Amino acid sequence: MPGELAIHTELAKKILAGFIQSEVRRVGMERVVLGLSGGIDSALTCFLAAEALGSENVLAVRMPYRTSSPESLAHAQEVIDQTGVRSLTVEISGMVDALYADFPDAGNRRRGNAMARARMIVLYDQSAAFNGLVLGTGNKTEILLGYSTIYGDAACALNPLGDLYKGQVRQLAWSVGVPASIIEKPPSADLWAGQTDEGELGFTYADADRLLYHLVDLRYSPGACVEAGFDHAFVEEVVRRVRRNHFKRVMPPIAKISNRTVGYDFLYLRDWGT
Amino acid sequence: MKVSIALAQINTVLGDVEANLEKHLQFAAEAENQGADLVVFPELSLTGYALQDLAQEVARRPSRSDPVFKALLDASRDIDLVVGFVDEDDRHRFFIASAYLAQGEIRHVHHKVYLPTYGLFDEGRFFAWGDRVQAFDTRFGRVGILICEDFWHASPPYLLWLDGADLMIFTSASPGRGLNTEPRLESARWVEHINRAYASLFTTFVVHSNRVGFEDGLHFWGGATIFDPNGELVLQGPYQEEALQVAEIDLDQLHRTRARLPLLRDERTALVQREMTRIIGAGTGRQ
Repeated sequence: MPGELAIHTELAKKILAGFIQSEVRRVGMERVVLGLSGGIDSALTCFLAAEALGSENVLAVRMPYRTSSPESLAHAQEVIDQTGVRSLTVEISGMVDALYADFPDAGNRRRGNAMARARMIVLYDQSAAFNGLVLGTGNKTEILLGYSTIYGDAACALNPLGDLYKGQVRQLAWSVGVPASIIEKPPSADLWAGQTDEGELGFTYADADRLLYHLVDLRYSPGACVEAGFDHAFVEEVVRRVRRNHFKRVMPPIAKISNRTVGYDFLYLRDWGT
Repeated sequence: MKVSIALAQINTVLGDVEANLEKHLQFAAEAENQGADLVVFPELSLTGYALQDLAQEVARRPSRSDPVFKALLDASRDIDLVVGFVDEDDRHRFFIASAYLAQGEIRHVHHKVYLPTYGLFDEGRFFAWGDRVQAFDTRFGRVGILICEDFWHASPPYLLWLDGADLMIFTSASPGRGLNTEPRLESARWVEHINRAYASLFTTFVVHSNRVGFEDGLHFWGGATIFDPNGELVLQGPYQEEALQVAEIDLDQLHRTRARLPLLRDERTALVQREMTRIIGAGTGRQ
């Protein structure tokens, strides 16, 4: 972890647990639901939610597809055991395979997105069944790169980790006691066998974190990043990804016709009245 | 003369003035129980901060004919209050405002003169800019009020100093930002630095009341402070937690500090005026 990205983990934990508490309770609820993949982001989110609301108010849902790695299930179980949260396992193979029975030629990308969206359906269904808000688990690196499925894993009611870079997630995960086996394994969406985030992205999270920190937080121009020593092609690729995937970070645009239009001049926080 | 000051670093309900009024009355009663002479609530304490289109809906006119202000004015018979609200003037302009209430009367209303409209802030879109920086008299001597961005600029505290304020009351709804390895946020560090600096430079008391709680993803960090005319920390509220903090200040410290360090006596206001006239007249200064 480069010094410039290091965080005070106790303060981060206090703010994020406070955020979860506030945003859940102010709408009259006590509980949250989250998808537990066995990876670091959802593990950390689960620890923070248990701390914020009490483990009995957190439902962690494991949602394996038939090709998912058994190790992921085992890692998720470790988190469940350690935090004492409630848990449920819902297979999504039937949902996804039913769709692709009619489209047998569909490739990995379509199937991966469908898996992410099948999990969203399960979580929002459990949200109603358990009476809990869906907690997102996306981090800042992933959100900026657009490395997520819109209306899939990106769908949630609130997102505690969304302003932490991947390395900061790792730092915070160590401090709250996420098992080392989860923190140290290569991050993977686990959508097909052997998939890793860094393999698919073509660069490491450590490099992406540092570059995004310069571009976004420090407001360096792409040219200034190259002058500061970042590889030119890498800078171009990341800048392209950030711009191309911006649609995942905003609400769909509404065509303005009237004098007052949702999104443009009908402006209220979500916490309106609470 | 000793004055006991309570800083109410409260959370608020966004857009629900009635609910926030209830909390004001509770905290004012508790402050009075603890022997406080004055209780200071944060910026927009009656309304919440990120109001956007709610700004017009929650606006009040501070007078006894307004039921919310009537309740606060009644409470001010027992303890002086500084409260934050949206002020709608006669021409229906909306201001971020703080009022000083004492003995059933409104002694002063300050309209925020600097509306941050950059980064995460959008105040200039929804509010009118105040155009006065004035000190006023209270039973504790002359006091001045500034709201958040007002004191990020050096000139409003300077003007209050020249206008006689020996107690500067700063109120904020400051969103926390800038997490690094320090145990407090960059925004908290910065505000505390400048509060201490103003107390030191102006050999005056500087009181800061900042809110807590969340509005969507924004959180407010609390950390109320009082600095004395030597720049020493008199009171430090907790971070990120609702609290009522009470501390006593000794106004005689002004005598002792200014006897040692006569910065106010030596301030060359005529020189400032001449140079300001030259700078602005030459067109090199910003309006």
